[in-house]
Amino acid sequence: MINRTITDKDGVKRYLITLNVNGDDRTVLVKGNAILANVLRDELNLTGTKKGCELGDCGSCTVLLEGKPVDSCMVLAIEADGREIITIEGVAVNSKLDAIQEAMINYAAIQCGYCTPGMVLSAKALLTRNPHPTEPEVREAISGNLCRCTGYVHIVEAVLAASEGRLSPGEHEYPREEGESI
Amino acid sequence: MYMPDFEYHAPKTVAEACVLLDELGEKTIVLGGGSDLLHKMKNGHITPEHVVSLKHMAHLREIHHEEGRGTVIGALVTPNGVYTSPLLQERYLSLPMAAHEMGNPQVRNRGTVGGNICNASPLADLPPLLIALNASVKVVEYAGVRVVALEDFICGPGKTLIQRDEILTEVIIPDQTATGSTYIKFGLRKSGALAVVGVAVAVTVKDGVLVDARIVMGAVAPVPMRAKDAEAILKGQVITDALLEQAADSAAAECKPITDLRGSAEYRREMIRVLTRRALRKAIDEGHV
Repeated sequence: MINRTITDKDGVKRYLITLNVNGDDRTVLVKGNAILANVLRDELNLTGTKKGCELGDCGSCTVLLEGKPVDSCMVLAIEADGREIITIEGVAVNSKLDAIQEAMINYAAIQCGYCTPGMVLSAKALLTRNPHPTEPEVREAISGNLCRCTGYVHIVEAVLAASEGRLSPGEHEYPREEGESI
Repeated sequence: MYMPDFEYHAPKTVAEACVLLDELGEKTIVLGGGSDLLHKMKNGHITPEHVVSLKHMAHLREIHHEEGRGTVIGALVTPNGVYTSPLLQERYLSLPMAAHEMGNPQVRNRGTVGGNICNASPLADLPPLLIALNASVKVVEYAGVRVVALEDFICGPGKTLIQRDEILTEVIIPDQTATGSTYIKFGLRKSGALAVVGVAVAVTVKDGVLVDARIVMGAVAPVPMRAKDAEAILKGQVITDALLEQAADSAAAECKPITDLRGSAEYRREMIRVLTRRALRKAIDEGHV
């Protein structure tokens, strides 16, 4: 609910809204045209949410709105007033990484890292509603997240591994040379 | 990306919204999910001074069946809402399947059925199938309500019969006599791709005879287009492969595709021929609406 509206000297209206971000109510003053991704990054300093295409194609700005993945570049902040938002900063609990994050690190599913926050949140939403997905289901769930390093094979592997509780690859999965590190 | 300044309104009821639309004047726009609207605003295609959000109207997010009227889908139901609706899965399985082909998961959580219609893109995924199923839309203004056949409602690229002070609130799919329907979309990728062409059909089959058939083609005309000659070829005929081929040839001849970045006119016409044949066969064989 919009609890207050302020009009500045140029006649531009600003709206006081409250977003529940990662469990905390955060009250911010926004213009009607403020985009959720920008408010998260610039007002709330939650810069884990990345901006890529800004047109709802790439998925790097994915957040969970009421538990569902959406592109935060395509949501007006004011439309999210009073709603629950989970950003990548809210996935780890008490500094303990989520199984998906752990698996993505251990399965080398992170290359440049730009798509990772969005990937993790799309995967998180999937595993929350479907704890044991098939590979096609994982691919479908992350199909709105583009990885321009094209590291999809390891990302899919990591999400499947997380769903099965295999948080790091066994030796048989990635035979390594002596002394080689991950 | 640049977004123009505007004043934001979030009325509690449809009636309140209609009054606002009337009062606020020409440069006012209705916001559903925003997946099309924000795109247009960011690109500078529209610069509204007022945005009227429908977000408080929870009843527009519902799907229900009314005896004698049909299945009613609220304008704010998302494609994901269509996909996961037990009611739609039971009654019109092809519609959840079509909704699942749209955009990508994020867009399917944000876009709306009403927006997909009002945006009136020639390549929108839901209108062809909805038209094949004979759907209509309920449009509300302050002084009244009207129900318009969806086929008539969409009248050009980005154009519908909706007036400035009206709001599309419901899509109504009548109870079907059709025995089968389907929508086949041809996009260049599995996800995040717009239709190069799309074909929706609804068929009524009795004892191996096509009693009735409706064929609607997407992305090959300014609006979702009925292939009426092809429908006439099929009507009352015994189903054979040759008959379906003949109808598909007719549909390809009827459509009016253009060449753009997603495909040439020639290619689209050929794909209409292929997909019409496949869609008819699929709707006949699978036997679910």
